Amino acid sequence: MIWVDTIVQGVLLGGLYALFAAGLSLVFGIMRLVNLAHGDLIILAAYLILVCVTVLGLHPLLAVLIAAPVMFAVGWGLQRFVLTRTLGDDILPPLLVTFGLSIVIQNALLEGFSADSQRIPLGSVETASVALGPISVGVIPLLTFASAIVVILALNHLFYRTALGRAFRAVSDDATTAQLMGIRPASIFAMATGIAMVVVTIAAIYLGVRANFDPTIGPARLIYAFEAVIIGGLGSFWGTLAGGIIIGVAQTLGGAINPEWQILSGHLAFLLVLLVRPRGLFPRAFD
Amino acid sequence: MPNIPSIRIETRTRASRRAAIFWALLLLIGFILPVFAGRGLVQEMFAILTMLALAQCWNLLAGYAGLVSVGQQAFVGIGAYAMFAGVILWGWDPVPAILLGGVAAAILAIPTAFFAFRLQGAYFAIGTWVIAEVVRLSMAQWKTLGGGTGTSLPREATADMMFVPQIAALLGVRDAAARDVLAYWLALALATGTILGVYALLRSRQGLALAAVRDNRVAARSVGVDAERMNWFVFVTAAAITGLCGGLIYMQTARISPDAAFALLDWTGFIIFIVVIGGIGTIEGPILGVIVFFVLQRMLADYGSWYSLLLGLIGIAVMLYAPRGLWGLIHDRTGVDLFPIRRRLVFNDTKDTDD
Amino acid sequence: MTLLSTHGLTAFYGSFQALFGVDLRIDAGETLAIIGANGAGKSTLMRALSGILASSPDMIFYDGASVGALTAPEMMAKGIAMVPEGRKLFPSLNVEENLQIGTYGRKTTGPWNLSAIYALFPILHERRLQASTSLSGGQQQMVAIGRALMSNPRLLLCDEISLGLAPVVIKDIYASLPAIKETGTSVIVVEQDITQSLRVANRVICMMEGRITLQGTPDSLTRSAIHNAYFGAHA
Repeated sequence: MIWVDTIVQGVLLGGLYALFAAGLSLVFGIMRLVNLAHGDLIILAAYLILVCVTVLGLHPLLAVLIAAPVMFAVGWGLQRFVLTRTLGDDILPPLLVTFGLSIVIQNALLEGFSADSQRIPLGSVETASVALGPISVGVIPLLTFASAIVVILALNHLFYRTALGRAFRAVSDDATTAQLMGIRPASIFAMATGIAMVVVTIAAIYLGVRANFDPTIGPARLIYAFEAVIIGGLGSFWGTLAGGIIIGVAQTLGGAINPEWQILSGHLAFLLVLLVRPRGLFPRAFD
Repeated sequence: MPNIPSIRIETRTRASRRAAIFWALLLLIGFILPVFAGRGLVQEMFAILTMLALAQCWNLLAGYAGLVSVGQQAFVGIGAYAMFAGVILWGWDPVPAILLGGVAAAILAIPTAFFAFRLQGAYFAIGTWVIAEVVRLSMAQWKTLGGGTGTSLPREATADMMFVPQIAALLGVRDAAARDVLAYWLALALATGTILGVYALLRSRQGLALAAVRDNRVAARSVGVDAERMNWFVFVTAAAITGLCGGLIYMQTARISPDAAFALLDWTGFIIFIVVIGGIGTIEGPILGVIVFFVLQRMLADYGSWYSLLLGLIGIAVMLYAPRGLWGLIHDRTGVDLFPIRRRLVFNDTKDTDD
Repeated sequence: MTLLSTHGLTAFYGSFQALFGVDLRIDAGETLAIIGANGAGKSTLMRALSGILASSPDMIFYDGASVGALTAPEMMAKGIAMVPEGRKLFPSLNVEENLQIGTYGRKTTGPWNLSAIYALFPILHERRLQASTSLSGGQQQMVAIGRALMSNPRLLLCDEISLGLAPVVIKDIYASLPAIKETGTSVIVVEQDITQSLRVANRVICMMEGRITLQGTPDSLTRSAIHNAYFGAHA
């Protein structure tokens, strides 16, 4: 029974990781952009929500509705004015610029909010749980997982059933020919990063409600997000969910054997999958 | 049949001959520095020289071989831990134990390369980072070497280190200061050796092959360059030197912890910053970068997170507007090469006319 | 009535000059063939006209306005659509999506829409949900043409649409041109293969090494004149 419970916890944790990863998957899939600041942007969004809740006295869900468009603008601007200039065949420029960005965000948050641990208060629902057959699961983890599914459904719909999604795919295939169709790559990229930041905001509320956060935990979230995207396979959102679940289950199983092995188990699962499938589980046919 | 003159291939230029004299003088001054410098300066120079060696290694990997690794901290850490293991578990003197660091790093590099070379581009970078995390988390499980909180070198080991009494007597300083001087001289040797080694490699046929692989792997293979072997050689060598640095750095600190020895920021972040600001893909670049880095650190030491923030902003700005770094700008303006590797054909019947 | 004209059009790839002062014009409803050997500058000319290659503003006039400096999306919005050399379909999009994306930058009413394209190329309707890369060369060419037509362009640029196709397939492709011309669209056809292009064109331009070496209507030009203009008088 303990094992079933552990695995279920792992799957739900995977939902959180999938939320971390979904925005990254969108951006990486379209532009091959390795955004090393992605984790810190999640933390930035969490602080933004925190400010709305504590300073403006808003309910956290309302705070998300305010923070989301702000983060969209941040992502849009960042891509349009800084990141698009780094795109090209060389992976170093975006890697280095986003690394610098990561440092900047972390230290700006440190200056603004100090290194104290923070939490987004949500009231009694934080510890509420619900019975799912023989096991009980927390309401928040369940909501997180459900949100992950909704987000991925939405992203898939966007990507595969709308004109914008066609433009995303076209630009990712061949930016020059896409221009012949009237698509402006710079606008498309900015749009993609903006949307990714909205997803990041959703991830942020679940992060902030579930555990303590401080300005320096960004890179750890980033690594889980990347692991999920990479083992899921480039260009597949469901793959990202699968990746997140694999990491989550590996972590909880490892942690059940020995709490000190939790994070290590996740990494080992990542390496194992990559060893067998260097391009991930569900990669798109063309790269 | 026209008379075909005999040709040789040259890389030396007039500027580089002058530079060679300059570097030799600098080396000499560096060697006798501890005689007249205070302990603070010796420690600072130690930090500069070890960062320089690390930067040259990362530059060799990313700038010349095109292998962008975000996981070199794995080798710094394993080198440091191997040194500590040698001292604590097998009773070695810390100085020769540094060599264990190089060996351990080289050994770790083998499975790392085996795994990472299956990945391309961004996947390779993230893969190396994850491996570094795995090594860090594994080391944190090793209770005899301090586990998650770390440990220090035992007093008996540091009190009686090789060469330290001699240095103390020679310079008339206490043992602690003599240890710093020893560390400094080792760092000077390591940095100099690394630079000379990289320079020799780039001037050799293997260096030319390396550039070819970086530029166009398929074309390089079509003329018989074994890209795989080149990459293996560069990766393992860079790892070994990085491991030696790790052993040396933590011999000087005498205290280790997994978070410090495997820190992403110190051993990859700052190193990348140094190489990029200075000028990636050149030997002069990391030298310039290290100087800029430490000057900035000096100037902004009191400002805490503003220092890191500024570092981040400068890194972004340089990458956007001067992607070949400060040395790239200088080289474009003056055309000077202090470590020239560009080959020129020189005909033997004409006098060696250079710029 | 002149739809598009170029004035002293030059083009560079870095320091290499590919076009040396090209002057041409095309009228509304006209079909112009541009022939020449490999490297003559034909594709460069197409890239300049479609906006992929930037030019000085006054080098290209369209509808009476100077458009040389406009970008490809802007040119496309004005009604200049390109069928690129090598077809350049999007592998991540299926056949129907490749057609649909043709209207992204320009949504106008006109004779061309999905049903009209499927009527012109029935085989595409059968394969409309397949990956575009699974089609034969000729079918892919149809998709590329259809994609350009979806925006109801006033000027259609066809860059080497017969490249790599078997003669019988080329005939099928060119058989679709009359339907396109019927709607009043101007067409520029760039070809290395002279026969088909001479058959459909109102006027012919021959290029060599970045310059126009011959112009005229197909009937007025002799085989030897074309030969000399194509390969150079000393060939």
